[in-house]
Amino acid sequence: MNKETAKTLRAFLIELAIYAVLVVGYFFLVLHFLGGWLYQLEIHHRYAYAGVAILLIIGQAVVLENVTTLLLRIIRGRSE
Amino acid sequence: MFFPISNSQISPIYLAIVGFLIGILGGFFGVGGSFIAGPALRAMGVDWNFAVGTDLAHIVGKSVVAAKRHRALGNVDLKLGLIMALGTIGGAECGAQFIQMLKRAGNVNLVVSIVSIVIYISISAFMLWEGLRTLQTQSKRTEAGRKALKKDESAFQHIAHAIHRLRLPPMISLPVSGVKAISLWVILAVAFIGGLFSGFLGGGAGYIRMPSMVYVLGIPTHLAVGTDLFEIIISASYGTFSHAIKGNVDILIALVMNTGAAVGAQIGAISTQYFAGPKIRLAFVPLPLIGAAIVIYTLMTGHKF
Repeated sequence: MNKETAKTLRAFLIELAIYAVLVVGYFFLVLHFLGGWLYQLEIHHRYAYAGVAILLIIGQAVVLENVTTLLLRIIRGRSE
Repeated sequence: MFFPISNSQISPIYLAIVGFLIGILGGFFGVGGSFIAGPALRAMGVDWNFAVGTDLAHIVGKSVVAAKRHRALGNVDLKLGLIMALGTIGGAECGAQFIQMLKRAGNVNLVVSIVSIVIYISISAFMLWEGLRTLQTQSKRTEAGRKALKKDESAFQHIAHAIHRLRLPPMISLPVSGVKAISLWVILAVAFIGGLFSGFLGGGAGYIRMPSMVYVLGIPTHLAVGTDLFEIIISASYGTFSHAIKGNVDILIALVMNTGAAVGAQIGAISTQYFAGPKIRLAFVPLPLIGAAIVIYTLMTGHKF
């Protein structure tokens, strides 16, 4: 394994560890606070639920992409 | 953890790992990974109608990020994407209606399982053929130089040329993709078939639409990838909406899966720098077969893992 590959692998492992902590916290936040509300919305207001579902998945994807990019930039920046 | 919307008990760690693996597949091979996501949800006891709808929701999130990157690289033909979205939406709605019909008849799990097994095995067979063919072409190229590569390209282009000669009005031009004239109906038909698979089996159905765009419509591969992702945002959003109002989407499952996919996609994309080539595509061959094996197991035993 060359030096560059080892550096990339190390950066990913650090990113993975930080990301895992963030995601566990996020699970509790989303599933605890949003779970019940989304369930009720799905039962009583299907159209609103459908709209909220799309907004949530797009919003989360954009935020998570920015978080992973930022983490990677910070970790790689420090290791160089 | 209990997910009340789909009435299923699944570990969020399991979902994040599934999302992570699918993210790597997306970044590495450029596929949506619905052939893993659907069976993985089914293996946890989630009904097929929920597996299909939830996977579509998961695809929306992934496509937004990927299409954003491709748009920045100039790989998106907006005109083609918007036209295709219309056809895909029509197909996806038909697929979703088939699911509803099967749900009412009470045999959604059986029928979708059988269709998915056939499709997954076909994907593996195609990837095996394509990988071996590329390896053969590469070996020929080293012997005969560029002649072999040109011969290979023309071997497929005659299909697209024949389609372009088809005069079925209205004819439209796609300057970004380098297509002077093509029938609108051909584009809509290709998109409709992709949408049908997407609405019926979940995911983006890139395994159908991508080869169709390249070999039937004659779109350059890099533009086909970017445009496909762009139109998936529209069509998968519609599919998610349609399935959600029919009660087939557990958004909590999709959100948890996406947390893993975000980091997996980064690893997959960067890994391509170190592990490129047709041999890697050959390594992809067993993955849809694993999906098929999971579905066969679930179908035969009637139990989840």
